[in-house]
This record gives sequence, structure tokens and C-alpha cells, in this order.
Amino acid sequence: MVNVTIDGKMIQVPEGTKILDAALAAGIQIPTLCYMKELNEIGACRVCVVEAEGYDRLLTACNNNVTDGMVIRTNSKKARDARKTNVELILSQHNSNCATCVRSGNCALQKVANDLNILELPYEKDLPENTSSREFPLIRDNDKCIKCMRCIQVCDKIQNGGIWDVVNTGSRTTVDVRDVYTLEDSKCALCGQCITHCPVGALRERDDTDRVLDALADPDKIVVAQIAPSIRTAWGEAFGLTPEFATVKRLCSAFRIMGFDYVFDTNFSADLTIMEEATEFLHKVKNAENEKFPMFTSCCPGWVRYLKGHFPEFTDQVSTSKSPQQMFGAIAKSYYAELLQVDPSKIFCVSVMPCVAKKAECAYPTMKDDQGSPEVDVVLTNREVDRLIRAEHIVASKLEESELDMPLGIGSGAGNIFGATGGVMEAALRSAYYFVTGQNPDPDAFSSVRGMDGWREYKFDLAGKELKIAIVNGLGNAGKLLTMLKEGRVQYDFVEVMACPGGCVGGGGQPIHEGEEWAAQRAPVLYQQDAADTLRFSHENPSIKAVYKDYLGEPMSELAEHLLHTDQHGWDMP
Amino acid sequence: MSRLSIVTKSNAEQTVEELYKDLERRVSASPPALCPVDLAASFLHFCHAQSCGKCVPCRIGLGQLESLLGQVLDGTADESVLPVIEKTAESIYYSADCAIGSEAALMVLKGVKGFRDDYLEHIRHGRCSCTQSQPVPCVAGCPAHVDIPGYIGLIHEGRYDDAVNLIRKDNPLPAVCGMICEHPCEERCRRTMVDYPLNIRGLKRYAVEHEGTVQAPKRMESTGKKVAVIGGGPGGLTAAYYLSIMGHDVTVYEQRKQLGGMLRYGIPAYRLPREILDKEIEDLKLAGFKAVTEVSVGNDISIEELKKQNDALFISIGAHTDMKLGIEGEDAEGVVSAVEMLRAIGDNDYPDFSGLDIVVIGGGNVAMDVARSAVRCHAKTVNVAYRRRKIDMTALPEEVEGAIADGCEILEMDAPLRIEKTADGKVAALWIQPQIAGPVKWGRPTPVAASAEPVRIPCDMVLVAIGQGIDSGKFDEFGLPTRRGRIGATDECDIKGFDGIFSGGDCVTGPATVIRAIAAGKTAAANIDEYLGFRHEITTEIEFPGIRFDDHKPLGRINMKERPAAERRNDFKLMECPMSDEEACQESGRCLHCDHFGYGIFKGGRVTKW
Repeated sequence: MVNVTIDGKMIQVPEGTKILDAALAAGIQIPTLCYMKELNEIGACRVCVVEAEGYDRLLTACNNNVTDGMVIRTNSKKARDARKTNVELILSQHNSNCATCVRSGNCALQKVANDLNILELPYEKDLPENTSSREFPLIRDNDKCIKCMRCIQVCDKIQNGGIWDVVNTGSRTTVDVRDVYTLEDSKCALCGQCITHCPVGALRERDDTDRVLDALADPDKIVVAQIAPSIRTAWGEAFGLTPEFATVKRLCSAFRIMGFDYVFDTNFSADLTIMEEATEFLHKVKNAENEKFPMFTSCCPGWVRYLKGHFPEFTDQVSTSKSPQQMFGAIAKSYYAELLQVDPSKIFCVSVMPCVAKKAECAYPTMKDDQGSPEVDVVLTNREVDRLIRAEHIVASKLEESELDMPLGIGSGAGNIFGATGGVMEAALRSAYYFVTGQNPDPDAFSSVRGMDGWREYKFDLAGKELKIAIVNGLGNAGKLLTMLKEGRVQYDFVEVMACPGGCVGGGGQPIHEGEEWAAQRAPVLYQQDAADTLRFSHENPSIKAVYKDYLGEPMSELAEHLLHTDQHGWDMP
Repeated sequence: MSRLSIVTKSNAEQTVEELYKDLERRVSASPPALCPVDLAASFLHFCHAQSCGKCVPCRIGLGQLESLLGQVLDGTADESVLPVIEKTAESIYYSADCAIGSEAALMVLKGVKGFRDDYLEHIRHGRCSCTQSQPVPCVAGCPAHVDIPGYIGLIHEGRYDDAVNLIRKDNPLPAVCGMICEHPCEERCRRTMVDYPLNIRGLKRYAVEHEGTVQAPKRMESTGKKVAVIGGGPGGLTAAYYLSIMGHDVTVYEQRKQLGGMLRYGIPAYRLPREILDKEIEDLKLAGFKAVTEVSVGNDISIEELKKQNDALFISIGAHTDMKLGIEGEDAEGVVSAVEMLRAIGDNDYPDFSGLDIVVIGGGNVAMDVARSAVRCHAKTVNVAYRRRKIDMTALPEEVEGAIADGCEILEMDAPLRIEKTADGKVAALWIQPQIAGPVKWGRPTPVAASAEPVRIPCDMVLVAIGQGIDSGKFDEFGLPTRRGRIGATDECDIKGFDGIFSGGDCVTGPATVIRAIAAGKTAAANIDEYLGFRHEITTEIEFPGIRFDDHKPLGRINMKERPAAERRNDFKLMECPMSDEEACQESGRCLHCDHFGYGIFKGGRVTKW
């Protein structure tokens, strides 16, 4: 333990404590900007500078440890002046048109500048040009980037993507894509983690809300929404609502107010995915000598993009089952169009996702209906949905619950847990057990696969056959697993991968909380909902039973193959 | 009314003088991998500020050039800007009245030619091709990428064992390097921006001298793979050390009596005492490799045979043959090559030069080694004849100064013409042709024969130290690619078309430094391991001490002292005095820790494994 005095308060902290944390222990919050605990402790913005007795020059609090007997002043004139000057300097190269910024009100720079009472800038504005494509799902605004380097760090350290890097030196130093010149030409998985880790509005998803509003205004369109599992854990956060209040049924009401014709649940197509993917897996197991293992899940498009970009040799091992989003679109524009007795082209399918990669997925040439139109027309991230609610001046806290529409608005608890890492595997095991034994297991029989660890492995006995499975989340862990597989150092039968840490609950399209990771607190919401559900097996979902009985026949039937499976080689990564 | 006045400096002038010094130091400590176009533009801005403003090309032209470079940097120019830049710069060069303008324009022209690709990258893509992969200047400068800030921090904490073991992660010859490394790490030391570069080499020596018993490194599980290392110099020993730790079965083949290569047969004991070298080699052997001496590969055992017996070969035979002067009388008795003399000394066969007048030919470090060894072998006089100026010598300045202090005379601008023989074929004198410094080429003036008569320097012996060649004949016969004796290996130490044969060190690069040979050995070890199908990681478990805070107040550099010349010139005992505890503590405290402060904390600051 060491003794330190911070702003006159004497405290004892363990050796190796950062000044920032020691100050927190003393109840003092030193302002930071580029800092993100454990991810980015590089002292780039120099906002957290403090004065330590005995030293003429200031120290950054985020990445320097306290020493025994240190006397620190976090707000001496020198520290305050330097902090303010540095924020003013950052502002001189930041497009501060906050009124038109997607991060207004949720911006670390805006907050620190306001907190420091910066009302006028002593420096001339010097803004770089914006060069990134406005069409790609991920957009970067050079004139907002403050070079905190967080995007580089999360892409390198957590996601092993290596997409972003520092380019140029001196005054022209900036952040840009590595090795290539545009994001479209890069191997970007579109996980969106750089967006959720950006302290300002330099990185964002392409905003597609206007396309949705246009469709809603079009009397010829039947606009249907599908809501991904993890959305129900987080959509209310932007309005200060708890997940207990901000239910999927209240979100459904918001969509009805906006004018959506039908509101459905991606949990339904998650169940459908289980039917197809579990069957596909069991087929493979039966035909083991001719198949390559492990089989990988395919529901996460960020993961599929990553695998195809970095480890294309494994493409054949990705399940051919489409993701729940695309299965939903495929069913909406075939089975459901028939039920409504309308031409599929009348249906406009909006998908509400915690994800940026989904925007790319729905545009792949392989994701089209029989008329050549996209199965899913528009993907909105959770953040876009929140913006839409605000734009439609809906008071979220006053929303009543309304039931989702039938038949595509019903999902099982198994489909619900897709939104958390391990959920797909657990749901698949529940049904696979039934498929093999003809009996349902205890719905919680496989709950040991839950958790937030980045790479978990388990062995299960499935009717006498031992299955070795792995669950990874975060592309960095996926990269490690693929490398180990390549080197023959690990062996599995079935692997679930989610690109984002924690799975979709930590998705790159989820609400942003500066400096905080919320995946671990969102995931339990899904499990609680699953536990409270009376329907806990995908194969028991009555709508699933109906779609097979009335339309598809059985899993992996010819029609199911046609609508619900895809050729993972059907499109290329750069 | 006074007619004249004494010129005194105003406060402003004095301050500017100080700033010039600051800038000089700053330039010399420039970090690696900066944008060359941005630098060219800023140099140009400085040049323009130096203009008196009288003449058009300099006053206006340099400014316009700067603006054109700015357009390139801002990505607002197209490729047609390059001819405009060149034409403008050429016109300034041709028409400027004085060097302030013409030389500034030349700098721009050099850049447009020298880093045209960077210009084009900026024009086409608005960015620079440079990447900052290793931002810590000392680590970037060290060919073996030793974790210098790490071990300096450990020294400051008094953790000498940890410090030396941290060095061994990347360089298994810390004692040798503490004595004789040419310390390229110090060249760009950021501390230079404050005052002077850190004495990194001296601190390394200090750490080694305070290390306890050296423990055998932990060997990884045996792989059953066999590797033969040909040549027991620093490169070969380094490769053998790491490959052994990785679990391979390694044998070093050395053709001379003892291991060490040029460390023993090229560097005299007063710079690298034999007991230190011997101990270092014994410590290296703790890694578990075998060594056989007095076996010449290619003669005593064929290369084919060795290749058959092993899974991989590493050729590190060094550069041990002498070069001929090609002048009349070179065959005289008493003409001895540096290689020959130092090799004998390496096996403790010291010649007695009592009463003899000696002339050494050459200006490199080896020439200084030979000259200073000759003094220690009791020569009556030692003259060093060099065809260029003293400051053009490739020897380290401290070596030249040391030689002079030892009593050697430097005869600069004197090219050897012929050697005069006595009737019985012995050296009688060296005739030299005085030279005049001529046009500058590659940064050094070319010597040109002066209009002066040749001069006769009577002497009994001529010691020739004009470089070394490589004895790679047998490897050439075996089929390996060689060029002027050098073995054609890549920067990865492999040889195209020869799977499993690797080579590195002086025999690939030509005579270079110990640390470059060590870097080659390390590189070869990693790539041989990979070739054999493994990915063993050399790593460290040493915990790093906390970072010290520092206000960067200028403080003197601790330089190494030497024993008085009058004393040291009589023996081959270590010439350099050690650093005291007080000195080492102060000097290690000067480290700015670029691993933590600056770009290093973001990327590349600490590489803990390879």
C-alpha cells in the first residue's frame, strides 16, 4: 500500500494504482477523454493532467501510477490551464456542429468542453475534409476524429481486425484504414465496435431511418418489422428506461405509432435457425467421415465477414443456414406473402438489429428473394431505432404494451437467448437433444455454457456421442481459435462465434455508454425472459411447427434449402 | 563619434545561438519513420527563414516551393505539380546569388528524387507510406532490438540480474556488448533533445559487472531436430544459444582452436579481456549446445555430409581473410595483415615489436586495434597512414583519439604508393603519395594525389588493415550463391532455393559489427525454428519496475574513463574503467523511457517475446 494526498485528501491505495483510480478512491473524478480502462491508457489527449508536488511538468492521471508520499493537485492553476488549453486545441480541429451530430448529448468531448466552461475558442478552426464513403454501412468523419486511437485499439486488441491505423506523422497525423485506402476495400468485419468505442461522432453507422420513413409513407408498401432478441435488453437505455419497462411489447407499440403494418419477432426466425442448423449439424455428425469439423454457426455476419476475410480456408465449415434476420426476410417474402395473399414485392421488411454488419448482410447478392429483391430491405441499428422514436416525438416512458403480430411474432425462450454469447449453442443443444432422443431435456440442462468469458469449451454427451463444443465471442478470440485449429492444437465438433464481446448484447449497433461496456448486464435480461417463458424449445414454437407443416415440410427440405440456406461462397470479401 | 566598436552579442543573438544548438541536437535525435515530405517542407521553411531577402529566387522562390510542397501534403495537388517543383527548384539552384538559396533548392531536388514514391503517395492517396512500427529510438536503432528502456529501468532499481537476463532475451552476449558494442542504440536517443544521449553501452557493462551467478536458461522440450552452426563467432553462438533453448540439438563447428570468432581473433584483449569473453562463452554453453573446434567445414567434413546429418544449417563463417593493397613490394618480409596479427594475438601468441618502427595502413577500427596492439607489443614508433583526412576515418572517434593518446601518429592524407625492400627482401620503408581532399562523394571527400613529391617513411614493418574478405569458396563450390565472397542470404537469413540452409553475419553483409551478427543469429534462430515446424517463443517473465517521473532538466552524460595512456599502453589489460555505482545510478536516471512516454505506450513500446 502507498500513501498519497490528492487535493488535500490523504488516502491509502495499493501499489501500482493509477493516479486516476487513486483519485476516484478519494472521491475525485479527474476528467478524461481518450482514456478507456485497460483498452486505451495512452495519455494522448492530455486532458487528465494533474500536478504532482516536486515536478515542474504535469503528469497524466490515466496511465501513471501513484508513488508513495505523492502529493497531487488535480485542479491547480497549471493543471486547469493545460487541461482547458488541450480541450480548446482538440476543439480547433473538431467539427463542433453539435446540432447535427449523431452523438450530441452522448459525446465525451462535448461533455468535457461544457464541464470546463469553454465558451469561446482562442484558436482558428482547422478541419480536414471528409473522404469516407457515405454509402458503406460504417462511416468515418475525419473532421470529428480527435485521434484518441480507441478505434485502433479495439480493432487490434479486442477484435484482431487490424483495420484502423495511424497514418502520416506530424500535423497530418490521422486515423485511417491500414494497408488499403478505403474501408470498402478493407477486411472490415463491420462489427461496429469502433463506433461504440468512439468518444465522439467520428464513427457511425449509415443512417437508414429515412428509407424506413419513406416506406411507411408509401401506401403500396406493407411495412413489417422484425426485432432482434438483444434489442429488448437495451432499446430503452437512451430514454433512461429499465429493460423491465422497455419491453419488446412497448417497442412494438412505438412501431405501431410510426405506422408499421406488422411487428414481428426475430426470435421466431431464431427458432427457425435452430431447426435448420441443428438438423444440418446432426446430418454432418451422421456423415462424419466425409465432413470437416468443427461446424461454425452462421448467424453473426460480422463473424462470417471476419472468417472470410482473414481465414477464407474455413468458409466451407460455416453452416449454410442463413442468419435469423435473413431467414425472417425469406419467410416474410414467401410464406407470409402467401398468407396475406399479396405479391412479395409489396412487403417492405425492416429489421431492428444490434449490429452494423447486418446492414451489409442484407445487401449480399445471395440474400434475395425469387424476384431478385432483397429479403430484408432495411436494417436499423438499435441506435437508429432510438433516433426514430425521438424523431417521431414518441414519449417512450408513456408507451403501453401491445402484442406482436402473428404468426411471425412468436419466439421461444431458446430463440430469445440468441442475443447473448452461448445462446445459439444452448438453444441448438436443447433441440438437438430432442431430435436425437425424441425427448426434451431439462430446458436448463445446458445452462453451463452461459458466461462472458471470451473462449469457453464444453463436452456434452448427446445420446452416447460425446460432443466437443466451443463458444467464443469477440473476433480476437475467434482469430485465436482459428489459428489454433489451423495448427491442429484444438479440436471441436461445433463452434459458436459472435463477433462482438458478449455477443449481440454487446453489439456494435447497441446504445453507447461512454467508457462503459454493458454486455454483461444486458445478457441476464435475456436469460430471465427465457426462464420466465413457458415456451423454451425452438421445436415447440407453434408458428415453427406451422411453417413446416403448412409450407416447408421438414428441416432441410428442398424448399427449406432454397429459402433458408445459402452459399457462403456466394459473395466475396475484398 | 567612435570610428569602430567591438562586436558583442545581443541577448536575442545569444538565445538564437542556443536555439541553433537545440535544433542541432533535435535533428540528430529525430525519431524513426517520419514523413519525408513533411520533413522536406519543414526544412525548406527553415531555409527560407535564413534568407536575407535580397534576391528573387531565394526570397520568393523558396516560399513558392514551400507552398507547392504544402499542396502535395494536403493532397490538393495532382502529379503535374512534380515537374513544377523540379523546375522551380532547378531555377532557384541555377540563379540564386548565394548558397542560402541554391543549397535549399538542392535539398528539395534531392528529396523529389530520393523519396518520389512518398510524394506520389501523398498526391494520389493523401497519405504517407511510412509506418511507425518501432517507435522507441534505442530499440529501433539496436539491430537485435534489445529492450533497452526495460533494462535501464531495472539497473536504476538495482535489479542487475533481471537487467542482464532481459538483455539475454534478445542478445545472449551482454558482457561482450557491454565492452565493445558500437551502440547504434545511442544514435537517436531522445535524451539528446534535452542534453546528450544516454550512455547505454556503459550501463550495460555496469549491469553485467554486477550480475550474480548466471543460471542455465530453461530449455524447452526436446524436438529431436538437429542443427549445425558453421562458425563459432557472435552470430553462430547466438543462433546456437536460442536454438538450444528452443529444444533443438545444436552443434557448433569452429575451424580455429577456440570459439569467439572475431571477438577473439579480431578484437584485442585491452578492449575485450579474454577472461570476460571466455566466461561469456561458458555462460552461453549453459543453453546446452555442443561445440567442436578445429574442424573446418568444407575441408574436414563436407557440406553435403553436414547437410545430411542435420535438419538445418546456419552458416556464420564471418569475414576472416585479408585484403591486399595491390602495391609494389607488398610481398616484402614484414608486411603483415591485420587479420594475421590479431588472429595470433587471439590465441595468446603476442609478437614482440621491440625497437621496431611500424606503419599501419588503414583508417577503420581494425587499423586502430592493430596500431594500439603494436604499441602494446613495444613498437618503437607506430604511424598510421591513411589516404583521407583523420575526420573521415571510419574508426570511432574515441578509438582514433585513444590511439593518438597511446602514442600513435596519424599520417592523414597519405596514400600508400609502394613498399621499399632491403636487399634481403625485408621492409625498408613505405613510400606514400600525399593527397589533397577532393570532391565529396557519399559524404566524404575523395582523396586526390597532391602535386607533391612522394615521401619515404622508413620502417621495419607494414601492418595492413584495409578490410577483410570472406572465405566462402567451399560454399560457392557447393552451389550456394555468392557475390564477391558474400553469401547470398536474404534479410530473413534464408537462401533462395536452398531449403534448410541459412546464413547471416559478416559472411553475408561483409565486415560489420558484433551486434549485427547477433541480430542475424537471432533472426536465423527464429526462422530455423519456424522452418523446422515450430513456433517456440523466447520470452521473459521479468516484472518491469514502475516508471520514474522526470522534468527533463539538462544533466551531463556519464562518459567512460580510460586508464592513463602512459600506463595502459604497456599491457593488454582492459583499458576502459568501470562506471561507479553513483555514476550508474545517475546515468540510468536520465533515461526518458520512450517505452512509456510518447508513442511507445500506444504501440511497440515493449516487445516481450519473439
